[in-house]
Amino acid sequence: MSEQEKISKYASPEALVTTEWLAENLDAVTVVESNEDILLYDTGHIPGAVKLDWHTELNDQVRRDYLDGEHFAKLMRSKGISRDDTIVLYGDKSNWWAAYAFWVFKLFGHQDVRLLDGGRMKWIAEGRELTTDKPSRAEGNYPEVVRKDDEIRAFRDDIAKHQPSPIIDIRSPQEYTGERLHMPDYPNEGAARAGHIPSAKNVPWGKLVKEDGSFKPLDELQTILFEETGSSPQDKFITYCRIGERSSLTWFALKYLVGVKDVRNYDGSWTEWGNLVGVPIAQGEAPGVFA
Amino acid sequence: MPDSEKLQLLLEYSENLPDVPSKYGENPELMERVEECQAPVFIAVEGNAEAVELFFSAPREAPTTRGFASVLHAALNGKTAREITDLDDDFPGQLGLENLISPLRVRGMRGMLFRIKRKTKELLDS
Repeated sequence: MSEQEKISKYASPEALVTTEWLAENLDAVTVVESNEDILLYDTGHIPGAVKLDWHTELNDQVRRDYLDGEHFAKLMRSKGISRDDTIVLYGDKSNWWAAYAFWVFKLFGHQDVRLLDGGRMKWIAEGRELTTDKPSRAEGNYPEVVRKDDEIRAFRDDIAKHQPSPIIDIRSPQEYTGERLHMPDYPNEGAARAGHIPSAKNVPWGKLVKEDGSFKPLDELQTILFEETGSSPQDKFITYCRIGERSSLTWFALKYLVGVKDVRNYDGSWTEWGNLVGVPIAQGEAPGVFA
Repeated sequence: MPDSEKLQLLLEYSENLPDVPSKYGENPELMERVEECQAPVFIAVEGNAEAVELFFSAPREAPTTRGFASVLHAALNGKTAREITDLDDDFPGQLGLENLISPLRVRGMRGMLFRIKRKTKELLDS
């Protein structure tokens, strides 16, 4: 099966592009690189790509929240991005941060956003062109749009209301069971308690991608996300991880690849839930019961 | 120093991180993984109370982490154990990178310093 055939079987094939397609369409799209590592873009990037830093640019620097419509519009204009641009996002770490940025673009209802299958790693592994030249772009045309949180973003109070619909915890098994915060003499991950939200199923994000960082084909994703979690495509889903970045990738797969209509990413994630007073927490391998 | 220059400087540090000796390159299990960093970083501490040698291994695709390692290497390699254990725990914060890079990322550097200090103490005790 060719990469293009694989993508054509997904629920929203237009949301994912191959490295080959991007190489042929570089001039027609706005390529945006979003990485965990803030310096990686500067060591070399896809020609014409714009750098977008999730931590320092998409977040409000005072409140724990994303930018509002006014500041997002300013940011987009300054990057030379316009509302009707076709945006192709890619990044390091199998696209965690690119998927995160994708999700934020969707909070602002940006219509045409796509993810580069396999991200930065696959582009480089295929020996495709990189440059350290920074693109010079004219100011973009971006209106102020109200951020819409309700459709794709979950908040802490939504967790209890969401029961008994599926919650997917995409962290490592050690984080899920709670073993991870118990290592002696090591600073913890920024949460007061270890474990998972009761009822959440553990599907480590890495199960969704192949070794080259690109997504597994539709049938394999359906097995992992539905059969193995006892869920169905008609269910409503919530995904979470530590701060919401890895779970954006699973959010993307649920919504655009296997076609779940209602899926929200809980960006508060474990760094919020693991610090909340009085909320239920389960430890060990069993999902547990939310009560 | 303007923020853009700080990032450029950190990038230069990342390019200048010395490679680890082959015994570590071939046997990464001899080094300790810094769990606080999202990129795989390994450190090793050798020497004695008079002169401590530091070794860092971090992948090329994690230049920020390499930059942190390289700054710590430049500041601490060859120093006495006392100088290392006396270094302010907030040294990473004092570099003025938290607003520029995000506190979450700088935490990885704190993790490295924490482990260097602990391993330096272990060296003194052994």
